[in-house]
Amino acid sequence: MADGASRVASAGGAPILEVRELVKHYPIRGGLFSPSQMVHALDGVSLSVARGETLAVVGESGCGKSTLARCIIRLEQPTSGHILLKGADITVLAGRPLRELRRALQIVFQDPYASLNPRWSIASLIGDPMRLHGLAARGERRGRVASLLETVGLGPEFMDRYPHELSGGQRQRVAIARALAMQPEVIVCDEPVSALDVSIQAQVINLLKRLQRQFGIAYIFISHDLSLVKHISDRVAVMYLGQIVELAETRAARRRVLHPYSQALFSAAPVADPQAAAARKRIILAGDVPSPIEPPSGCRFHTRCPYRQDRCAREAPQLRAVEDRLVRCHFAGEPGFPPEVPA
Amino acid sequence: MRRLATFWLRYRRNRGAVAGALALAVILALALLGPILYPTDPFDMVGRPFSLPFDRFPLGTDVAGRDILAGILNGGRVSLLIGVLASLSATIIGVALGAVAGYYGGRIDDLLMRTTEFFLCIPSFVLAVVLVAIFQPSVVTVTVAIAVVSWPSVARLARGEFIAHRDREYVQGCRAIGMPDWEIILLQIMPNALPPIIVVSSLMVATAILTESGLSFLGLGDPNLVSWGYMIGVARTVLRTAWWMAAIPGVMILLTVLAINLVGEGLNDALNPRLRKR
Repeated sequence: MADGASRVASAGGAPILEVRELVKHYPIRGGLFSPSQMVHALDGVSLSVARGETLAVVGESGCGKSTLARCIIRLEQPTSGHILLKGADITVLAGRPLRELRRALQIVFQDPYASLNPRWSIASLIGDPMRLHGLAARGERRGRVASLLETVGLGPEFMDRYPHELSGGQRQRVAIARALAMQPEVIVCDEPVSALDVSIQAQVINLLKRLQRQFGIAYIFISHDLSLVKHISDRVAVMYLGQIVELAETRAARRRVLHPYSQALFSAAPVADPQAAAARKRIILAGDVPSPIEPPSGCRFHTRCPYRQDRCAREAPQLRAVEDRLVRCHFAGEPGFPPEVPA
Repeated sequence: MRRLATFWLRYRRNRGAVAGALALAVILALALLGPILYPTDPFDMVGRPFSLPFDRFPLGTDVAGRDILAGILNGGRVSLLIGVLASLSATIIGVALGAVAGYYGGRIDDLLMRTTEFFLCIPSFVLAVVLVAIFQPSVVTVTVAIAVVSWPSVARLARGEFIAHRDREYVQGCRAIGMPDWEIILLQIMPNALPPIIVVSSLMVATAILTESGLSFLGLGDPNLVSWGYMIGVARTVLRTAWWMAAIPGVMILLTVLAINLVGEGLNDALNPRLRKR
């Protein structure tokens, strides 16, 4: 493995969280006479994040991003593979050790309208993690909640309100405060701003970045919004049908991507400058994402790839080091691939 | 407080429900205060049998010369008590089993739901008759029997609600912060799942009163207590000569069940406003 690529694969320093060959298959029960089938949500995903780093995971809906998020924080049990937190395997923890783990590893969900229980006040929503983990005595809790609310840019006057009295942006701040209450080292952000208005998105993103600087939290940032990802992440992993097809430093990916799918994905991201947007060539992929129940043979992307060759349908490419990144394509690294304009 | 006020505003919009609540309040008051204000023993022979209503006694006497009004007032107590207690216990059993089955799913769900279906596929009244006949008829056994035949429908409803809630993000969020399962079930999901359950169990009171009346009619009620069903059972032999004897307790059952159903409908409108907008 080339030196640059190995650095990309394993984050900067010692990784705080490492995912190795994670597989998640969901059985779907067939009818009486049809055999039961498997949804291949994740097929051998490996990645890692270092302290204070942001790793973005991008891909279109149904590519397994959210399943990855849920497996990492152990809301779903992966079919196989390992998740290592600070070097310790957390894949099979249960009971008390699992609860201990929850402190270090938190999640912020996509929809702040669904992720806060409408029956509880903000003070109890944010105080719950402290209560459950004995992080603050009953008397101190309100004070801690108030200071957390200030940390996320809300005042202590929000404590006795209920989620339905708050706007989407305010709710997402509460959800972030709730995750912060455990003083986590890694936060998985599952599309944390895609349910918010654009004007609010920037505020929440800036809050997340500030918290990262302040507390050295590592983010796994799940998103389909590439302009956002380019802005916030240090490295980016592109997923397609349960597999990582390209993993690169964001700076390098912004310059150029090597996998035809990343190329199509990045070409579809909106650009603010209308002149640049007009000059740009967009790649429109034909067809829908194939069913994850029976993923295509060989390269999973070959059914929609503009550059496919016979080999692609037969042989599954491995994720391999090309230049300064990892790419899952037979032809990546060949001169002039992928071409600027699809043939 | 504000939640209660909005609840009342929504409830008030359904006029039938308001009428039902009024009727139910009157029936409850009669059952609670009646025997105190009109202290005739319903088993006493106070006069000649078959005396007409509005004659010497307000509602006449039955085949054994017992005061029918006293029977109605005392019987109302028994009917309502059994109806409420039986539905309450059926709700608690049903919600507990349904919550566990729905939240955990898998094997536990299979086991609990097959058990529930076992109870559902036996005609409930027949099962109640069998249960009361095996154990001696008394208020307790009748209540237990009605609860035993009523919980499966609550269990299925509660299970459905818990399945709908268990994968919501707020529940996943609670699991992510390490909240124990019992707390998620009781304090997080339960308050959100309760409204439809309240509606069903309020309607169940009406069914329980009917079942109790049926049991008493067949002579399977508590022998030491008068109930409306028992009074109808006593009067059935003289239905052609003294129809009012059966009609008076019959109308009481009808009014009570109707009132409870109206209240249940009103609760449904007030607690599940989304369902209303169909």
